[in-house]
Amino acid sequence: MSTTAPTRLYAEGVSLGYDDRTVVDDLTVAIPDGKVTVIVGGNGCGKSTLLRGMARLLRPRGGAVLLDGEAVHTMPTKQVARRLGLLPQNPIAPEGVTVVDLVGRGRHPHQSALRRWSRDDDRAVAEALALTDTTDLAERVVDELSGGQRQRVWIAMALAQGTDLLLLDEPTTYLDVAHQVEMLDLLAELNLRAGTTIVMVLHDLNLSARYADRLVAMKEGRVVAEGTPAEVVTEDTVRDVFGLESRVIPDPVSHTPLVVPVGRHLGRPGATIGDPPTKERP
Amino acid sequence: MTTTTDRPTTALHAAAVPDVERVRRARRTPRRRHALVVMVLAVAALVALLVNLLLGSYTFTAPDAVRIIVGSGIDRPTAEFILMEQKLPRALTALLAGLCFGASGAVFQTVLRNPLASPDIVGISTGASAAAVVALLVFGARGDVVALAAEVGAVGIALVVRWVAGGIGSYRLVLVGVGIASAMLSVIHYLFTRAAIWDAQLALRWLTGSVAAAGWDEVRLLVVVLVVLLPLLWWSASSLRITELGPDAASGLGVTARRAELVMLVAVLLVAAGVAVVGPIAFLAFLSGPIARAMNAGRTSVIGGALVGATLLLAADYVGHYLIGDVNMPAGIITGAVGAPFLLWLMARGATGRSPR
Ligand SMILES: Nc1ncnc2c1ncn2[C@@H]1O[C@H](COP(=O)(O)OP(=O)(O)OP(=O)(O)O)[C@@H](O)[C@H]1O
Ligand SMILES: [Mg+2]
Repeated sequence: MSTTAPTRLYAEGVSLGYDDRTVVDDLTVAIPDGKVTVIVGGNGCGKSTLLRGMARLLRPRGGAVLLDGEAVHTMPTKQVARRLGLLPQNPIAPEGVTVVDLVGRGRHPHQSALRRWSRDDDRAVAEALALTDTTDLAERVVDELSGGQRQRVWIAMALAQGTDLLLLDEPTTYLDVAHQVEMLDLLAELNLRAGTTIVMVLHDLNLSARYADRLVAMKEGRVVAEGTPAEVVTEDTVRDVFGLESRVIPDPVSHTPLVVPVGRHLGRPGATIGDPPTKERP
Repeated sequence: MTTTTDRPTTALHAAAVPDVERVRRARRTPRRRHALVVMVLAVAALVALLVNLLLGSYTFTAPDAVRIIVGSGIDRPTAEFILMEQKLPRALTALLAGLCFGASGAVFQTVLRNPLASPDIVGISTGASAAAVVALLVFGARGDVVALAAEVGAVGIALVVRWVAGGIGSYRLVLVGVGIASAMLSVIHYLFTRAAIWDAQLALRWLTGSVAAAGWDEVRLLVVVLVVLLPLLWWSASSLRITELGPDAASGLGVTARRAELVMLVAVLLVAAGVAVVGPIAFLAFLSGPIARAMNAGRTSVIGGALVGATLLLAADYVGHYLIGDVNMPAGIITGAVGAPFLLWLMARGATGRSPR
């Protein structure tokens, strides 16, 4: 399963941490170009830390993150920002900032003292707003939006950045189920049409399996499984990574793996574990 | 706008027409507002300057003042002396020092994303003042050396606060800063108590700040500092819009934490220059940013903060000098009296930072 697909973004034996704690330890992962890579794993296993390391926010303690063959943390940040965008997990908008203003800040890497705001920037912002269905919010203050609207605005900002590589930390948090699917469809389309390489952290295994070309499962700062959704999403891996008993069946819509958690409570008195009352056949 | 037109399924494709015109229009509104705010504040600062020059216990008519200033003389030596050697340098000092305090406060509050984290609250001003007092009383330094000591002291304290708090993104910064500020305050108290003669005016100046002792030397110092630092501030503040998104998002957009620290350094040097000349004017840096923000629909404005600082200091000096009884109240006492309730109000409102960590 270690295909030699071309990779512009590559973490090579990278160790990352905070203060005296190492969170990600000697991790190697190659992000295939033009593909959607989804990182899954339990809370606190180091997914956000890995994304931060890849976006050069954390200096590696060992190993390196390579972007186009160069170590990211030795490259000028602005140069990195023109190729690689990052949507952090819990971004906070400054007080009073309007939606267009925030999305417009995504254009920062393309500007300089000599090259100020231009029509191209207007265009990029308008496109990002249209893609995320936030044009109608343009004049609103970000603070005053709902969680889901805000999330879409932040994604619009990342899109306006116009990078070939996009790292998104839980882009679907706060989104209702329809907007989750909507957002993932949007990212999938972006990937298909523009060839944007997408790396995202998701918590929903089933949506991950459906939208990922490649899945990376992490546990305690290490990669424990990596490959196509069919290879990674198995009952054993789910038990290993999340400590959860489950059944994995084919998704009736996409034929990717579908995880059905077992749990202790079946919601119906008298139901017994391991004996599903109705068996779905796709 | 209807409330729940948020139907996603078909909306994406229906709404996927980029509306460039709307973007341009929507971008214009906040810009106009900001331009208006800056204009209003510039006028306010100018009016405050004129009031300080022309009114008070010795009044001038505007034409007389102009004639004296351009040097065509009006044959009244006392009047000329009072305007040229007292009122003008004092008002200019208040204006320029106010700009320093205001700009510095706005930068601090923006980068640290916390209205409480202004240089006067987190100990930078007091640190600058303590260093100046050490130079003054222990080493007998005078003039520019005292100013240099204030700059060095401010940077030193800033580094200590940053180190103890563990980085500038930390919520501990305000707590550590408040602790260090009171330590510095006791250093000043100690030195003045040990000094051979207790000079109340001098002590007050270094404890709460006062414009009363300002002369042309002070103006010259501030002009030099501002000529050097304002272009630096202008250059580094262009990234403030990105820095204020928080370290993660800012880094994703190509603005490093180092850049934020550079802006902070400029702000530290600015406030220290102000302190060197007029002492740690209580709460001035702390008040300016939020007032400018309130006028600018909540959005950051460093220029606005600077102009508010200038206006406030001019006003405080005028009020303290002329409007309160017969005593000459230092400007710092007036700003302190205004700032303290505001601090309490901020705390009561629970506005102690927007950073989740
Ligand atoms: N800024 C920080 N300073 C110190 N420790 C941190 C910091 N950020 C995260 N950590 C620690 O690093 C570990 C991994 O955190 P990380 O945010 O990478 O987890 P995650 O996999 O993204 O979890 P989640 O699914 O909850 O988002 C956690 O134990 C966390 O406490
Ligand atoms: Mg995370």
